[in-house]
Amino acid sequence: MAPSLEAVGLTKRFGGFTALDHLNLKLDGAKCVGFLGPNGAGKTTTLKMFTDLIFPSEGETFINGVSVQKDRKRALSVCGDLIETPEIYPSLTPREALEMSGALRGMRPEEIRSRTAEVVEEVKMSEWVDQKVGRFSKGMKQRVNIAASLLSDPEVVILDEPSTGLDPRGMAEVRNIVRGLKHERRLIFMSSHILSEVVDVCDEVALIDRGKLLFYDQLANVASRLGGGVRAVEAEFVTPVDDPTLAGPIASLPEVAGWSRLDPKRVTLQVKGGPAEQARLLQKLAALELGLVNFRESRSALEEVYLREISVGDA
Amino acid sequence: MSVSLPAAAGTGSTLPGPDGTLGSVPGTWRQAVVLSRYQFRDYLRSRRFVLMISIVAVVGAILTTLVAYFRPAGLIDNANNFYGGLWAGGATFLILFAGIIFGGDAIAGEFQNKTGYFLMGLPVKRMTVYAGKYLAVLMASIVSILVYLAIVLGNAVYYLGGGAFNDVGQLLASIALALLYLLALMGFVFLFSSLFKTSLYAVLVVAVMFLFGFTIIQDVVIGLTGTEPWFLLSYANQVIAYPLTGVPAHVVHNPFTGTTYNPTYFEGIAVMLGYFVLTTLGGLVFFEREEFT
Repeated sequence: MAPSLEAVGLTKRFGGFTALDHLNLKLDGAKCVGFLGPNGAGKTTTLKMFTDLIFPSEGETFINGVSVQKDRKRALSVCGDLIETPEIYPSLTPREALEMSGALRGMRPEEIRSRTAEVVEEVKMSEWVDQKVGRFSKGMKQRVNIAASLLSDPEVVILDEPSTGLDPRGMAEVRNIVRGLKHERRLIFMSSHILSEVVDVCDEVALIDRGKLLFYDQLANVASRLGGGVRAVEAEFVTPVDDPTLAGPIASLPEVAGWSRLDPKRVTLQVKGGPAEQARLLQKLAALELGLVNFRESRSALEEVYLREISVGDA
Repeated sequence: MSVSLPAAAGTGSTLPGPDGTLGSVPGTWRQAVVLSRYQFRDYLRSRRFVLMISIVAVVGAILTTLVAYFRPAGLIDNANNFYGGLWAGGATFLILFAGIIFGGDAIAGEFQNKTGYFLMGLPVKRMTVYAGKYLAVLMASIVSILVYLAIVLGNAVYYLGGGAFNDVGQLLASIALALLYLLALMGFVFLFSSLFKTSLYAVLVVAVMFLFGFTIIQDVVIGLTGTEPWFLLSYANQVIAYPLTGVPAHVVHNPFTGTTYNPTYFEGIAVMLGYFVLTTLGGLVFFEREEFT
C-alpha cells in the first residue's frame, strides 16, 4: 500500500474564529509535498490535527487510511512528525530521548542503537549525543527532534517548518536531509513559508490561506498557473549578455514569450508551453553559443503564484 | 470533494503498513512503564530532586537535633511513640511537598514547556502519558520519603537499639497508609495540573489548598455547621499516625476549645481511596480533552 495522508472536511474553530474551513486534501504515494501559506493560514492547525495534538471541530484526518481521531496509536505508528519546536526532558541526553522514543514505538534495543547512530550522524549531532539536552541551543534541539522523527524509518513524515530556529547552514542541512528522505519510499508533508525551501525539496505544493485550500498541484505545473501556459526559467551566462542579443536572437525564439534582466549575466525568460518547449529552448540557447552555464526553472514562478493567489484571497 | 493528485510513477512502500507496524508497538501499560522510567531518570537528575532531598534533609536534621537536645522520655522509650512522633507528622508534611514539587507541573508542564509535542507525536495514547508521568512522580516521591524514613530509622536505632524494630508491623501499617495518602494527593495534584496549561497555577492552587485552604474549610465546617469535615483529604490523612499512636476518640467535646473530630480508620481510608480514584480519573478526563494549541 502506498503511503497516504488525507483530510476529509477538516474544520477547526477556535471560538468564533474558523482557523480551517472544510479542508479536503489527499496526498497519495511517495513524494514530498510542500504546504505553503502565510502566517495564520492554517498550516500548523492542519498538521496538528494529523498528529492529534488538537481535535477537529468537524471532519477527520487519516494516515495510511487509518483515522487519527479514532485510532491515534495505530495511525501514528507509521508516522514520524515534528510539529513546532518540541522540547525534550532537559536532563536526558539525545541518546536517551531517542531510546525512549524507539522503545515507545516498540523498536528492538539493537534497532534503536543502530538507528540512533545513523540519525544522529544524519543531523550532525554525534558529538553531542551523550550531553544533556537542557544545555542545547534551539537549533541543536531541533536537530535532535528531526532525528527522533526519523528514528523508526517511518513511511509518512510530517514536518512543520523544520528549519525553524536553525542558522543558514542548518537550514541547508535540513533541506539535504529532507531531499535524502525522498530517495527512500515515503510520503513527506512539509509546511513552510520559505518558498525557496519548497522549490528545493518538494515535488508538489499545496497552498492554503485563511483556512481554505487555494490549490494543490505538482511544482512543475505551478508556473503554468501564471496564465497562458507560460512558465519562467532563469538563464545564466559566463559573460554579460547585452540587450540587443536578448531582444534579438533570444526573444525571437518561438518558445520565448518575454524576458527580463536579473543582472548583466542572468535573465528570466517566459517560456510558452510546457516541459517539452522548455527542453527545446535549452537546446537552442546552447546552440547560440553565448556561454550558457545555468538554466533552471525560475524560483520566482512559485513566488508569483503564491503572491497572486494570496492577494486574490485578500480581495 | 477531496483534492488529490495521482501517485508518482514507481511509488509504493516496502515499509510495513499500519497493521504490520502496530504489532510491534507495545501495549498501553508497557509504554507507560517505559515512559515513567525515562521521566524518573529526568527527575533524579533535576534540580527539583535536589530541592526535595534538601527539604527532607533539613526536616530530618531539625527533628534529629530537637530529639538529641531535649531527649523527651515519652518518645525515646518506646518505638511506637518514637515513630508516631517523628515519622507520621514528618511524612505527611513531606508527602505534600513531594506531590507539589514533582507532580505540580507533571501535566501542565507538558503544555507549557512543550515536552508534550515530543511525546504526543509518538504512537501513544494520552492515558499512557498520564499513567507514565503518574508512575514517575510516584517513584520520585517514594525515593524522597524513603530517605526521610532512613533518617527516622537511624535515629530510632540510635536511641532504642534493637527495640527500634519491636512492633515493626505498626510502622509498616503507617507506611502503607502514608503511601495511600501519597496516591490520593498525587491524584489531586494531577487533577489541577491537567486543568491548567501553566505550571505555576497548578502548583500554587495545590499548595494554597493544602497549606491554607483545607485548614480554613475545616475550621469553618466545624465552627459554623458543627459537622465533621470527613470529606477533606487533610483531615483523612490523620489516620497515618493511628497504627503508632492508637485511635483517638472520634468526637471530643471540650468546653474551652470546642468540639474536635478525628477520622475513623474507615473514614480516613475511604476518603483517601475516593480522592485517589476520582481525582486521578478526573485529571485523565481533562488531559484527554486538552489541546496542544
